[in-house]
Amino acid sequence: MEAKSHIKVRNLNVYYGSAHILKDITIDIPEKKITAIIGPSGCGKTTLLKCFNRLIDLQDNVMLTGQVFVDDTDIFDNSTEVIQLRKKMGLLFQKPQILPMSIYDNVAYGPRIHGLKNNKKLSEIVQHYLQEVSLWEEVKDRLHDSAARLSVGQQQRLCLARGLANEPEIVLGDEPTYALDPISAEKIEKKFLELRKNYTIVLVTHILRQAKRLADYVVFLYLGNLIEQGPAEEVFSNPRDSKTQSYLSGQFITSA
Amino acid sequence: MNRRRFKDLIVQRIMFILCCFVISILFFIVMGLFYKASPILAIHSLRDLLFSSTWHPSKGNFGLGLFIVSTLWVTAIAIVIAIPLSLLTAIYLTEYAPKRMREVLKPLIDLLAGISPVIYGVWGIIAIVPLISDYVMPFFSERLTFFPFLSDNYTGYSALAGGIVLSVMVFPIIISVIHEVLETVPFEIREASLALGATKWETTRRVVLKKARPGIVAAFILGLTRAFGETMAVLMVAGCSLHGFPKSVFDTAYPLPALIANTYGEMMSIPLYDSAVLLAAFILLLMTTLFNMVAWGILLHIERKER
Repeated sequence: MEAKSHIKVRNLNVYYGSAHILKDITIDIPEKKITAIIGPSGCGKTTLLKCFNRLIDLQDNVMLTGQVFVDDTDIFDNSTEVIQLRKKMGLLFQKPQILPMSIYDNVAYGPRIHGLKNNKKLSEIVQHYLQEVSLWEEVKDRLHDSAARLSVGQQQRLCLARGLANEPEIVLGDEPTYALDPISAEKIEKKFLELRKNYTIVLVTHILRQAKRLADYVVFLYLGNLIEQGPAEEVFSNPRDSKTQSYLSGQFITSA
Repeated sequence: MNRRRFKDLIVQRIMFILCCFVISILFFIVMGLFYKASPILAIHSLRDLLFSSTWHPSKGNFGLGLFIVSTLWVTAIAIVIAIPLSLLTAIYLTEYAPKRMREVLKPLIDLLAGISPVIYGVWGIIAIVPLISDYVMPFFSERLTFFPFLSDNYTGYSALAGGIVLSVMVFPIIISVIHEVLETVPFEIREASLALGATKWETTRRVVLKKARPGIVAAFILGLTRAFGETMAVLMVAGCSLHGFPKSVFDTAYPLPALIANTYGEMMSIPLYDSAVLLAAFILLLMTTLFNMVAWGILLHIERKER
């Protein structure tokens, strides 16, 4: 399990107003592995994810201390280009967030805003990434229809294709199967396992079985505290902390 | 039947009757106008009435063309000025302004909407009319001597003045509606766009505005129909002379509502005069309705395409 860490979090604290959301978090996220961030609702999983691509900047009244390094650059440093940072990461939301345009334009959106104008190249990119997420066969005859007409499962795969078309190094998933039926969810999960070869994947989930199926590395958060992190087999088979034990076995955490 | 159910029934009936009453007012206005306007339609051809610009009630000439064209001119100028102004202001308020600032600016803009039209008229006379006659018009007619800037009206009371005052009157409502429409665009799709590395402006232009487009069109229509019927302020600054069609933005304009307000009730006993003025009112009503319907047609079309 000796992998280079792709994202390093050092003593990260996040406050929304007076609420202390993340408390002194230090994590190493290994390169080209699937890291699952698990924990009950409201433990700060999504906030942590939004720190990585600095979507947290959009929140009002937020305060941060500590550091996050991506590829060894401090992302909160003033000299860091947020646009370049975000381009490095594809993000999947709980519910697929398709843009109000055609299927084709959704996938081409990233390359276009980053300056690609050549239509032939764009078409190649669109086809390639739609194939990558196994959506091509389903939509190839209606690429210029509104993406809103797709099923939710198809939409989420479209969002994945859109993220990948940006050629990121990291894929962030914020409970990406939350709104999906089991079959669509399985498609996304299998896709993640394939993507692991080429991308670092950070997956926020509160589905334990999903974490067990996918994760190489597990981070367990509880009420903004980092309780435990480590390789998946270790954490799942032999959790060190009693809170992790309770959570994994489905018991109440506070009584433990 | 017990008393509570009886009360319920009574209240329901009363509200139904009041509702019918409100709707019937619209019906009676339309019918009344048409009935009163019909004598002149029986004598003069509709073509003459609509397209002739000769308005000489004492000689029996009732051409409404001048007033119709003036209405279109003034409204067009107002909307051309108001569209960029209100759209960009609304975008700034919704997407860029810090929360604090938004909380201060929004009520101020709403306040503008509540000011009496007469005040706008006075403001037009004091500020806009001299500005046009002393600076804008000399500049344009000396440097850019082509249509539609050439005019022999040097007073400043003009279609342009009317348009400017109107645009200021309609933009608070347009801003309000656009602001509300933009707020309905889910925050998450902004995040989705930003997460792909788009800038705020790219996100606004390509995603937010696109999603909000039907609503924005509706906002403009709302402003347009308001501008159409606005009377007092325009009457005060547009010049309202019977010079013939306005050919330049600096020519005087005499919109329909101004005609009605100026003449109705002071027609003495010239035959058909009141019928002609009420025909003007009827036309105004029709034009407003027509614009509304066209707008809703566009809206429905866009909505269906988006889906």
